[in-house]
Amino acid sequence: MKIDRQTLGFWIVLLGLIILVQVLVSLGILSPFWETLLKIGAVMSIVSLGLNLIYGFNGQFSLGQWGFYAIGAYAAADVTYRWTQMKNASGLMILLLVVLLVGVALYLVARLVSRLRGLDPLSAFALYIIGVLIAAYIGVQLGSLLINPVTQALSALPPNLSLQIVYLLAVLLGGFLAAEVSYLFGLPVLTLGSDYFGIATLGFTIIVKVLLDNSDTLLGFEEMKGARGMVGIPKVTSWLWVALFLVLVIIMLRNLLHSSHGRAIISVREDEIAAKAMGIDVGQQKTFAFVLGSFLAGLAGGLYAHINGFLHPNTFNFIKSFDPMIIVVFGGLGSISGTIMAAFTWALVLEGFLRILLPAGFETWRFVVYPLFLLVMMLLRPQGLFGGFEFPYLRQVLPKPYTPKTQEQLSLVHAVEEAPEGD
Amino acid sequence: MNDEQLTVLQRMIKGKWIGKGFLALLALAIIWWVGGKAIQSPSLFFQQIINGIQLGFVYALIALGYTMVYGIVRLINFAHGDVFMFGAFVSFFAVSLFQLHLWPVQTFPSLPPLIGIVIGTLSVIALSMVSCAILAMTIERIAYKPLRDAPRISALITAIGVSFFLEYFGALPFVFTPNFITYKRPFEIVTWYVKDGIHRLEAGAEAPPGSVIFSNVLIIIILVSILLLVGLNYVVRRTKIGKAMRATAYDKPTSRLMGINVDGVISTTFAIGASLAGAAGVLYATAYPQVVFWMGIIPGLKAFVAAVLGGIGSIPGAFVGALIMGQAEVISAGYISTPMRDAVAFTILILVLLIRPTGIFGEPEREKA
Amino acid sequence: MTTQTSLSTQPSSSNGHPLLEVQGLTKEFGGLKAVNNFDISIYPGELVGLIGPNGAGKTTVFNLITGIYVATRGSIRFKGNQLVGLQPHEITRMGIARTFQNIRLFPTLTVLDNVRIAYHTHAGYSTFDAIVHNRHYQKAEKELTEKAQEFLSVFNLHTRQGEIAKNLPYGEQRRLEIARALAASPQLLLLDEPAAGMNPKEVVSLMDLIHFIRERFNLTILLIEHQMRVVMGICERITVMDFGEVIARGTPEEIQNNEKVIEAYLGRGAAALSQKLQEKRSHVAGS
Repeated sequence: MKIDRQTLGFWIVLLGLIILVQVLVSLGILSPFWETLLKIGAVMSIVSLGLNLIYGFNGQFSLGQWGFYAIGAYAAADVTYRWTQMKNASGLMILLLVVLLVGVALYLVARLVSRLRGLDPLSAFALYIIGVLIAAYIGVQLGSLLINPVTQALSALPPNLSLQIVYLLAVLLGGFLAAEVSYLFGLPVLTLGSDYFGIATLGFTIIVKVLLDNSDTLLGFEEMKGARGMVGIPKVTSWLWVALFLVLVIIMLRNLLHSSHGRAIISVREDEIAAKAMGIDVGQQKTFAFVLGSFLAGLAGGLYAHINGFLHPNTFNFIKSFDPMIIVVFGGLGSISGTIMAAFTWALVLEGFLRILLPAGFETWRFVVYPLFLLVMMLLRPQGLFGGFEFPYLRQVLPKPYTPKTQEQLSLVHAVEEAPEGD
Repeated sequence: MNDEQLTVLQRMIKGKWIGKGFLALLALAIIWWVGGKAIQSPSLFFQQIINGIQLGFVYALIALGYTMVYGIVRLINFAHGDVFMFGAFVSFFAVSLFQLHLWPVQTFPSLPPLIGIVIGTLSVIALSMVSCAILAMTIERIAYKPLRDAPRISALITAIGVSFFLEYFGALPFVFTPNFITYKRPFEIVTWYVKDGIHRLEAGAEAPPGSVIFSNVLIIIILVSILLLVGLNYVVRRTKIGKAMRATAYDKPTSRLMGINVDGVISTTFAIGASLAGAAGVLYATAYPQVVFWMGIIPGLKAFVAAVLGGIGSIPGAFVGALIMGQAEVISAGYISTPMRDAVAFTILILVLLIRPTGIFGEPEREKA
Repeated sequence: MTTQTSLSTQPSSSNGHPLLEVQGLTKEFGGLKAVNNFDISIYPGELVGLIGPNGAGKTTVFNLITGIYVATRGSIRFKGNQLVGLQPHEITRMGIARTFQNIRLFPTLTVLDNVRIAYHTHAGYSTFDAIVHNRHYQKAEKELTEKAQEFLSVFNLHTRQGEIAKNLPYGEQRRLEIARALAASPQLLLLDEPAAGMNPKEVVSLMDLIHFIRERFNLTILLIEHQMRVVMGICERITVMDFGEVIARGTPEEIQNNEKVIEAYLGRGAAALSQKLQEKRSHVAGS
């Protein structure tokens, strides 16, 4: 594979920055406060990239990203919590089997629904719900059977290694769980118009928050402790972990968007009717983007849960759900580079510098200045701070200009262009 | 195709029976659950219904502002809930700092006390309405008007920004402070209970078990809301500005060509919607006497859901949707779990959008250009 | 009901089955009948015109054929398959592509991407191939791009491949829209007022272009047009609509002299006048 110099430069700078941060952290030059902010910046980058895929590239105004983030965070946290505090793999095995079987159920019902032509959305939705409930029930039962053998097998490994394995699986499963929920939720609401979709997804975020507030009573997860906040989650997310995930996400999104499938996703944003008329299955593209975006949110949630070792439902308040939206808008819709830069800026400036620089009493002023800034920005630069700017590797490269093979075409077109005046 | 030729499966699909069965089961479960509780204690059930009506009327006033603004500029005015909050605070200051509600009694001591209180309360409401109208027109001029031709989403994000600004500006210690403040009503609360006829409940006394309680707050909320709704209906149906509003909602460029001052109409729509929200703010605060800077968020969202439920853009729809939301909220809070009421509200929204995406009174399919 | 001037004007190539056969097509919008009992048959290789005054329901017919609206009643058969009830993208994949009356490009994408999107269904690699960027992806993507460039070059747009579609001049946007429709590899092409907003010179070149692509890509074309000149100049058969119904069918000459058509276009008075004029002329010629 040929790599041009700009791409090489991009990679050297990116990897250099990641290693630099790690070195500074290891030497103790970068305080834990700033290290945490950098990690949060990376996590926010992943959430916002997911949202940018849904909104910036696919054109679906979603406020539900934060709900999926919460789902990923709590699911992953529960798995590692049970592993470290209860010394068993119950969280891991049950979540694994539920995710697997629900995935299978969704696939089977989707095939059934596509067979039954002309099924109305509500009926289809009812079938999906029934299928998922059955699958989840079987998943819980099967998972419970596997707890003991897996716990023993994992305990045989060195404790640190087994924790890292459980953590990695937990983060991924959190992402998959969020993706499955988003698929189920997207079925009815993705067909709605943009505003209705926005408000329905906002509703989703609020529902998730309310459920988390009552997670110990209504949902029956006592370790989540409802509105008191979940504590005792192992702090496993290191800078290198988040950086690795961020890099992988960037590569995946970049490759996807530079492909035919990516263009199909973008065409839905550009003009839905024209996209349909060009043979693009708009519903499928919307679902794909929504599910993938939510997967990224869930993934980021899992990473976030293991940064502070503490989760509280208020973190997933719907007011905060505007944060990724604002990051995406600031960074520029449909710009990967812009989103990443905006996410880090958001973390470092808003949470970092402003907190330090402004005197204690002026804490609340942050949120007065912040919307004002947003307003000025929307009025003066609605295309985002970075507009359509992309770093070299992320930029679309135009293919070589084309030289027509036959003269026949050219001559005709010239004739067309220099048609005689009048009849 | 004749009906006889269809297989059972095809008939199920064509009649949408799977979905209908699913809904029927859901409805049955709810009726079973709520109905069982209602039979256990009918007085509690009626109490919930009355609380729901009280809440529903407040939501109706807020929802109207959403639906009108959306109908005319296709913008979900997120800041609307904060205008509502502003209205509540204006009345709070008017009553507790300036004793505005007492002016009729002070100026005309010969006035019968009841009339004095009514006029005083109405003037507090009127002040809130006017202040909210001015606030909304200012917001419209500064934040929304420059974005009229921008993508709709820019305006929506701006609305979110305005909403945040109003909230956090309000949270500043020298404005509304970040704390709950006890609200002083412009009138004394009087409570009645219904059990073998209507009886006055003395202050501090307990109502006998099995009775339904209501207060003058309920009466005031219903009366003021109906008054405002009738007034709004008159304005929209009978006056010139109402006609201009309907025309602008239908087709902006053509309205402009017909000589309608579209910007003026939009500004007026914001003002009318905001004044209704202001009134709602006062009524809400008298019913639940606490004010805080974020008090507008959840009622605002609920009212928006009500507007969507009724069919956004439709005024009767907003009213009916709001009454349904009020009932759904108190019933879910009373019979399921208090925190779940927000979740229930949005579950209803999602279900309605699934079954009838344009809402109860929404327009049917129209030919696209 | 409909008066059919001449049903005998079947084209020479009509020995086979019709490519598109529409019967009794009706679309109601809340009581208003936008299209009522519309029939049309198009045979392979034909170039058929659909004309009518503003609001006659021509574009609605297109929207019904392409599945953007669902018909209230009636049937649409393409190569013998029922289209009513199918999704727009399924219909496109069966071989029907269209352009729009008020150009609907993907405005902020490049000219090249506009065409490449239409080619998506033939991309030949999976999403997984794309994400891992394997050799298969690279090969297929290269082929796809070349194909798209070829389509552009037919319309002399290949030098503009990197430009943002909405920045193109109007005439080029129209050409790009046709190029994009062709990239969806249709057998039946629906053109919705392709000559709208063009000056006489551009109209002439457009007519040449339509003829050319029909030969080059082996197309059957159904064309909505407002300007009589275009339709009369290139269409073999014409169907005229008014108030959602077919009021006449026939060859261009037959349509030109059809009373109902003149009436629909010019109003009753004008029709009477034209009849008088004709009588006068024939009287003069006869004497």
